[in-house]
Amino acid sequence: MNEQSRNEKFERLFVAHLDAAHDLARWLTRDERNAEDVVQEAYLRAFKFLDSFRGDNARVWLLAIVRNTYYTWLRKNQVHGLSVPLDEETMSADDSDLSYAGNEASYSVDALLHQKDAKRLINRALEQLPDEFREVVVLRELEDLSYKEIAAVADIPLGTVMSRLARARKLLLQHLQHVRQEA
Amino acid sequence: MDCSTIRQQVDAYVDRELDVARAAAIDRHLASCEACDAIFSRQAQLRRALREHVTYHDASPALAARIRARLPAAHATPAQSRRRWGAFLPRLQWLQFGAAVAATALLSWTAGVQYASLSEDELVAGQVMAGHARSLLTSHVTDVATSDQHTVKPWLSRKLDFSPPVTDLTPVGFPLLGGRLDYLDGRPVAALAYQHRQHLINLFVWPDHKASSAATQTFSKDGYNVLRWTEGGLAFWAVSDLNAGELKDFAQAYASAK
Repeated sequence: MNEQSRNEKFERLFVAHLDAAHDLARWLTRDERNAEDVVQEAYLRAFKFLDSFRGDNARVWLLAIVRNTYYTWLRKNQVHGLSVPLDEETMSADDSDLSYAGNEASYSVDALLHQKDAKRLINRALEQLPDEFREVVVLRELEDLSYKEIAAVADIPLGTVMSRLARARKLLLQHLQHVRQEA
Repeated sequence: MDCSTIRQQVDAYVDRELDVARAAAIDRHLASCEACDAIFSRQAQLRRALREHVTYHDASPALAARIRARLPAAHATPAQSRRRWGAFLPRLQWLQFGAAVAATALLSWTAGVQYASLSEDELVAGQVMAGHARSLLTSHVTDVATSDQHTVKPWLSRKLDFSPPVTDLTPVGFPLLGGRLDYLDGRPVAALAYQHRQHLINLFVWPDHKASSAATQTFSKDGYNVLRWTEGGLAFWAVSDLNAGELKDFAQAYASAK
């Protein structure tokens, strides 16, 4: 690839997906300065490995780089101390989770949203999710990726995408329910 | 399918990752099972809540500049490379790429480029007219045919990630025929069908937070009139072969009734 077309290719990716890259990094780091550092590092990596991009989904490719850059950065900086390894078995959906939802038939998320600080509550609920769950929610709800695309970005099997999303939403519902009971 | 099997699929269902047959089987179950229906509705509510309230953190223009400055100038010929990046600074020049992806990106990059956003709206207006024509040609005006707004609204809410306002306007001469789903502007949208005398009105509704302008816009082509307005983060596109004045009456009746 000659220099000009290479630069144009990079600029296309760059322009089209910078907001998505930044949003993912911001939700992973939960901090604006760190997010910008991660995005910058990710874009430098993307530029370096541009020739290896063969696929047709540049956004997925770029978001995967952002995510990897974040975890590298996390290990280097250890900002949250040692990350506790996730046990997929204990974190997976089980029947008790489902019955809690069924028993509380009157509990309405919509009702909660009429509170004037709904935006803050929802953002905080998402912020408090562990990385592994927060990232699948952000990729699904903010970036509108399919399960297949999320699997590609997060480098996990399709089944794990489903179980993490299910678990993430249960945690969010539990958190919001808890907030509601306190209110 | 029993309740436990149904509930295991709630995420795949709200994420529209199920095939049509399976989703339809779930719909049938939900129609007769209140407990499961409550769980599915809550999941849809959570989804709406996230999409509506979670902050989307756009990149600052400063970040773009900062990254450009750090790009390896040493790559190949530094001088030439630097000139190229400089050439990108007048943002309108990005248009020369011509590719649709660049034009779309440009919209979010510089929201102020008026003619670009206008042509975007015209593009959607064309899709809206096609959607209207499609509903007439295939006689597929409604998926859920009823003038009962309390049936149409929950049906649409369950199928979509937002909840469109649905009001029967029979008292003011625009009876509600029902609702259906369509696919416009690259996403599933709500389509409400209304009637006025012998004319059909399709009202397409979908979330549009980056609408270029809140002002009402009109489009007209091949005997169809299109009226677009936005309110509360939703874009409304009304289309009909009614004359522009009557279509405006409809839009006002709808907007004030909800």
